Amino acid sequence: MMDAMLFPAARDQTLALFGGIGGALLVASLIGFVLKLKVGLATPHPVIDNLNARIKAWWLMVAVIGLSFVFGPRGVIVLFFLISFFALREFITLMPTRASDYHALAASFYLVLPAQYVLIDMAWYGLYSIFIPVYGFLVLAILATAGGETANFLERASKVQWGLMICVYCISHVPALLTLPIAGFEGRNLLLIAFLVIVVQSSDVLQYVWGKLFGRHKIAPQLSPSKTVEGFVGGVASATALGAALWWITPFAPWQAALMALAINLMGFLGGLVMSAIKRDRGVKDWGHMIEGHGGMLDRLDSVCFAAPVFFHLTRYWWVA
Amino acid sequence: MVASLFAFVITGLARAITGARALWRGCAPERVRRVYFANHGSHIDFVLIWSSLPPALRRMTRPVAGSDYWDRSGVRRFIIHQVFRGVLVDREHKPDSPDPIDVMVDAIDAGASLIIFPEGTRNVEEGLLPFKSGIHRIAQARPDIEFVPVWLDNLKRVMPKGKLLPLPILCTVSFGAPIRLHEGESREDFLSRTRAALVALAEEHAA
Repeated sequence: MMDAMLFPAARDQTLALFGGIGGALLVASLIGFVLKLKVGLATPHPVIDNLNARIKAWWLMVAVIGLSFVFGPRGVIVLFFLISFFALREFITLMPTRASDYHALAASFYLVLPAQYVLIDMAWYGLYSIFIPVYGFLVLAILATAGGETANFLERASKVQWGLMICVYCISHVPALLTLPIAGFEGRNLLLIAFLVIVVQSSDVLQYVWGKLFGRHKIAPQLSPSKTVEGFVGGVASATALGAALWWITPFAPWQAALMALAINLMGFLGGLVMSAIKRDRGVKDWGHMIEGHGGMLDRLDSVCFAAPVFFHLTRYWWVA
Repeated sequence: MVASLFAFVITGLARAITGARALWRGCAPERVRRVYFANHGSHIDFVLIWSSLPPALRRMTRPVAGSDYWDRSGVRRFIIHQVFRGVLVDREHKPDSPDPIDVMVDAIDAGASLIIFPEGTRNVEEGLLPFKSGIHRIAQARPDIEFVPVWLDNLKRVMPKGKLLPLPILCTVSFGAPIRLHEGESREDFLSRTRAALVALAEEHAA
């Protein structure tokens, strides 16, 4: 704990980073307020009101992440454990599971979810990287037979496994970045998490902004009607530039940071499309209602789910000796 | 003191596991005496309704429960009497026990709102069972009381029958528009009107 405090450089960089985020949010809040003034404070306006709700929620999310950083690596692991719990609850709620799925679901929530985060806390790479895809995969299928029901067996079993893979396995790769021993980067791994989260979330925000300002051509009308080609290109390009500009908090050179950010942004965008396909199949627009203006926990995290494991393994492959 | 601590823990748990999201579709949460009538799928139905009410309403709202189940052990007695201040009624019609309707009407006269489950028993299937006549007898005894339909969605998945460990699944509690007994309305008409209101609320939620 408090690793960041042991390294003055890491502490200064973390403070500078949060100062920058606070400044950006301040500018966003001001813009939101001016837009609201223009239409009239008492006049309801769906787009601007939603924008302001989103900005307010961002303040809260940054505050929660900042608080977890104060408690060091373990604080971040606990935070992502809770995030996985809320995400899995949203995912399973939207899946029509049946009474005979009870044992598989109880095992997922009460055994697999905590176990995955304990393994990350132990930094046991050999087990946490296969625990859900191998042991979870097999044991959950066995548990699905417990009810004795054979109807839609494969469909039922795969719903629970998908939930665990997306909401627990993929999300847990964010705190798993803490376990990577990178030469010359000791005690600064929290900044790797900050890099991933800032790049992927700013990509979402910038795609939204570019889309709202210049969006003309829909990029995937069936999957996600609000996404446009202009939003995608502008958002990914500017978030990649932001990633390159953040090279000083990473073990990467500027051009490497740009490529990493590009990989994160592309995975995030495609992940958003996949999660949107699942939502639409279930006939809903949002996963939940937890975060004002954004929808559910999974609506905010869909791009993180797909970007985190890829970023983790790219970093591990090239930077861990 | 111990009872309010229990109430705090139980409502906190219900919220952590189910989200307990209240949707006031047909009325606002006001401090008036009401009879909330809901679909019944699990033992924790009234806990979720109770948890989703604002604290001021929670204090005046009492669940109606069967004494055959709740008076059986010390722990159950403590929970239903001290924590939820439940109105216990005898469902087995023993000769020496008071009429359940009198017990409920007395509680209403003392200033309480009630939570009742007019299907009479837990329903493990989809949909709604026919209503028992008690809801009509309460309405006849106190025709000025509002009856508010309450649809519990998803709660059956949280605690399937026979299971003890609840699953974390998000639930909603929808409150519909209040219903009053019309003058001269027959038992059949009132039962089918209240039941139809609950079915409509379920369909509105699914849409």
